[in-house]
Amino acid sequence: MKKLWKNKTTRKSFVTYAFVVLAYVILQSIAAGGGMKSSLKGMLVPICAYVVMAISLNLVVGISGELSLGHAGFMSVGAFTGVTAAIALQNAIPNAPLRLVVAMVVGAVFAGIVGFLIGIPVLRLKGDYLAIVTLAFGEIIKSIFNNLYVGMDGKGLHISLLEDKTHLMEDGRLIIAGPMGIGGIQKIATFTAGFILILVCLFVIFNLVNSRSGRAIMAIRDNRIAAESVGISVTKYKMMAFVISAAMAGAAGTLFALNYSTVVANKFDFNTSILVLVFVVFGGLGNMLGSIIAAAVLTVLPEALRGFATYRMLIYAIVLVLVMLATNSPRLKALLARLVPGRKEEGTDG
Amino acid sequence: MSFLNFVISGISLGSIYAIIALGYTMVYGIAKMLNFAHGDVIMVGAYVCFFAVSKYNLPPLVGVLLAVVICTLLGMTIEKLAYKPLRSATSLAVLITAIGVSYFLQNAALLLWTSNPKIFPSFFKRAGADATQAVNGVSLFGGQLRISYVTVVTIAVCLVIMVALTLFTSRTKMGKAMRACSEDKDAARLMGINVDSTISLTFAIGSGLAAIAGVLLCSAYPTLVPTTGSMPGIKAFTAAVFGGIGSIPGALLGGILLGVIEIFAKAYISTQMSDAVVFAVLIIVLLVKPAGLLGRKIHEKV
Amino acid sequence: MKKILCILLAVVMVIGLLAGCGSSAPATSSATAYKLGGTGPLTGVAAIYGNAVKNAAEIAVEEINAMGGLQFDLRFEDDTHDAEKAVNAYNTLKDWGMQISLGSVTSKPCEATSAETYADRIFALTPSASSVAVVSGKDNQFQMCFTDPSQGSLSAEFIADRGLASKVAVIWKNDDVYSKGIYETFVAAASEMGLEVVSDTTFADGNDKDFSVQIADAQSNGAELVFLPMYYDAASLILTQASTAGYSPIWFGVDGMDGILTLEGFDTSLAEGVMLLTPFNADSEDEKTAAFVKKYQEKFGEIPNQFAADAYDCVYAYKKALEAAGANPSMSAQELNDLMIKTFPTMSFDGVTGIGMTWSSDGTVSKRPMANVIQNGTYVLLS
Repeated sequence: MKKLWKNKTTRKSFVTYAFVVLAYVILQSIAAGGGMKSSLKGMLVPICAYVVMAISLNLVVGISGELSLGHAGFMSVGAFTGVTAAIALQNAIPNAPLRLVVAMVVGAVFAGIVGFLIGIPVLRLKGDYLAIVTLAFGEIIKSIFNNLYVGMDGKGLHISLLEDKTHLMEDGRLIIAGPMGIGGIQKIATFTAGFILILVCLFVIFNLVNSRSGRAIMAIRDNRIAAESVGISVTKYKMMAFVISAAMAGAAGTLFALNYSTVVANKFDFNTSILVLVFVVFGGLGNMLGSIIAAAVLTVLPEALRGFATYRMLIYAIVLVLVMLATNSPRLKALLARLVPGRKEEGTDG
Repeated sequence: MSFLNFVISGISLGSIYAIIALGYTMVYGIAKMLNFAHGDVIMVGAYVCFFAVSKYNLPPLVGVLLAVVICTLLGMTIEKLAYKPLRSATSLAVLITAIGVSYFLQNAALLLWTSNPKIFPSFFKRAGADATQAVNGVSLFGGQLRISYVTVVTIAVCLVIMVALTLFTSRTKMGKAMRACSEDKDAARLMGINVDSTISLTFAIGSGLAAIAGVLLCSAYPTLVPTTGSMPGIKAFTAAVFGGIGSIPGALLGGILLGVIEIFAKAYISTQMSDAVVFAVLIIVLLVKPAGLLGRKIHEKV
Repeated sequence: MKKILCILLAVVMVIGLLAGCGSSAPATSSATAYKLGGTGPLTGVAAIYGNAVKNAAEIAVEEINAMGGLQFDLRFEDDTHDAEKAVNAYNTLKDWGMQISLGSVTSKPCEATSAETYADRIFALTPSASSVAVVSGKDNQFQMCFTDPSQGSLSAEFIADRGLASKVAVIWKNDDVYSKGIYETFVAAASEMGLEVVSDTTFADGNDKDFSVQIADAQSNGAELVFLPMYYDAASLILTQASTAGYSPIWFGVDGMDGILTLEGFDTSLAEGVMLLTPFNADSEDEKTAAFVKKYQEKFGEIPNQFAADAYDCVYAYKKALEAAGANPSMSAQELNDLMIKTFPTMSFDGVTGIGMTWSSDGTVSKRPMANVIQNGTYVLLS
């Protein structure tokens, strides 16, 4: 145990787990005691979803070192396929928590498949070109869901693109209605489910990072050519990180969508992708605990600023810029280093 | 004839993307950062010109000049306050800061100028008795083909700017300093180039161009709201990458091609899926030419 | 890592303190005023609609409070036209102690908040969220505006009855619930009425600047009338570009078109001859309307659009219903909810968006839309 504790990465992952569990226990006990405001209570599930989005994107941006601007696209795939599954299975699986799990698995699988298909062309590119192609795929996914019609009746699922040609029978239900998205969703997402999803994702990521594959991924990030020269398959390992990340985003999407009565494709646009990227950069590249805290804080922040009324989003923007300056400017960094002695810089930045 | 009309609409839309893309590409080439606040500087430029002309009845040319001056100052201020302290930070940190600046500009505009749309005055028309009789374009082939003056002006301005920028970067001392910075900042510094002021100058030029882009954007598509710049900004960024980011002729080519593809996708494939088609074409182009149409392929050193 | 943590926590704490100060402004809310809440986009792309509703509701509340009788305490929260943020805003209002609600301004966010208000048993009367999903299956959700389908079918009927055209084109917004809702029923009703839809084109966010293709499609297919189920900002671009292209069909709009004449800097001669079905007319000689428009202009420097008018009516409708039901502000939200569910379907209300409005118990309003045509920069009622 002592030996384990001395290992920096293991220690870090234990701290992260402990933080998440502690946060869950505290929040859950406040909620159980009835002392929690509805505004915070209503944000618990979306916070979980954004945390998963942030750590999954951190896997791509921080660990694998590729800038992705279309992460919301995978969330979208997960949201639409997962919710469709939840609605379609409403009678087959009456147990809500079980249905939620199945829906999240469906969302994750579909997002993983889409991630794989997108990964084939995307991972051949580098740097900003890779970024713009992920942005493009995000927009394409949005466009497709804005024009997708999925209905279900006694004969099964009917899918059509561009216009509603599902021709449902009397008892049928149009699940995805193009630009109107999905409506009348049963809200079965829970904070506990979100908490478990976060733990599962952390478990997967930490195990991956500490494994042979994880070291290969980071080796490619740090020096692609050197990694290639010792026989590491760049495509394989990059793809591994990309698909795992997409699947996690899919599960997060399902969780998120099942927390509201309605979901539309426009929710998962470029701005949402950017928002998640902000969480990742804010929390520190490769730093999972940082991502978790950043996602939670930045989700709560605009709500906490409601007291400023019309100046709310302006102040949010100023805070964003100031924190970026405070954490990244060398002059301020040096000042902080002097104030907090005995700290070493953690060079996780790619 | 409708085909030609679509080509003209495409070029007209594309030339506006191109002029915005020029600003993106310049800043990227020198500072190696994606300045996502560029679209919002465009919006500020359009508002300044709108108020100068519509509220204070200044002549259009004065309005445009005022917009250029204010945007240049704004760009330099943003650079000094938000980007300069991050010169040594990762490019991602700067990217997020730029997004913060973009939020700031949009929300400041919302507070200052409200969310009600303003209709931008049209500068480019010959006066008539009223709007329906005013001539705002030239007709060819007995009215079957129409080219609006805005399109003509936009394309002309675009070409002039492109030539001017190319000459500036290849002939003048400051332009050469810019290119040196974009190649290698440390080496440039060793050669006695003031890298900081060169980057500031780049931002000043980029923001000045943004003001002109804003005026032209709103002359062609006159609804002006605080979020006017954001979508064209993203499209123009796409255009810049399409043409090869960092390349000045690439921005022009990428912008115009993007506009034409967008209009063609609407006309011949589907209005519903046109954005998807545009981005699909972009992906295919980047797969064939991974550095964009006119981008330079950088060979990695081992 | 610690550093980031410290900074973030410090920032949050400072903001929490500041926010606390901000909201602890003297609250006039004792048991003497009804706490009325609503959400809408005050920032972002749809900010214009949310702000119109907020401004008009403020005017109505001020007027009513000045009368001395029944008192309202209004709080309006930003939802940035997003379902997630709307639920957050709604929860903030719930924490504040909202007793009755104005729902949300735009349709999709309102669908999300209406599920919440339904579950929490808080009565909501939305000024402008017009999709059917907002009210369907929820006994305590009411609308002040027409539902989208009724606008679509009414428009088709009007065009067919008047014989305005036989070949029509539709341009609609492909990622917008409002536009899509009207479009669907319009096309269905049009084919029943024997109108031929010869051109059917769309646009979407980020693709809403250039309409040359859509206009050319309508023109080349010989459409005599173009139906525009959309808001006036996009419509103004279509009118401008069609004029450049030399195309001048009959333009037919819906209530979202209202506001086009008051667009700052818009050349109203471009809108000459545009027809629209709208319940509100800012130029009306009606005494109530004139007073409202004057007050709105004085206070906010703009002419109110139909969103504002609907919101103004909402507050007055609440006043009437609360008085009729004999409610008092010390009642709980649930008690008021039950009273309002009973009262709204039984009353008839005269406002600036219509005379003799009634509600059916499913929450939809019935009022007569007025067909207007724009002549010399003002609405003229088509008899």
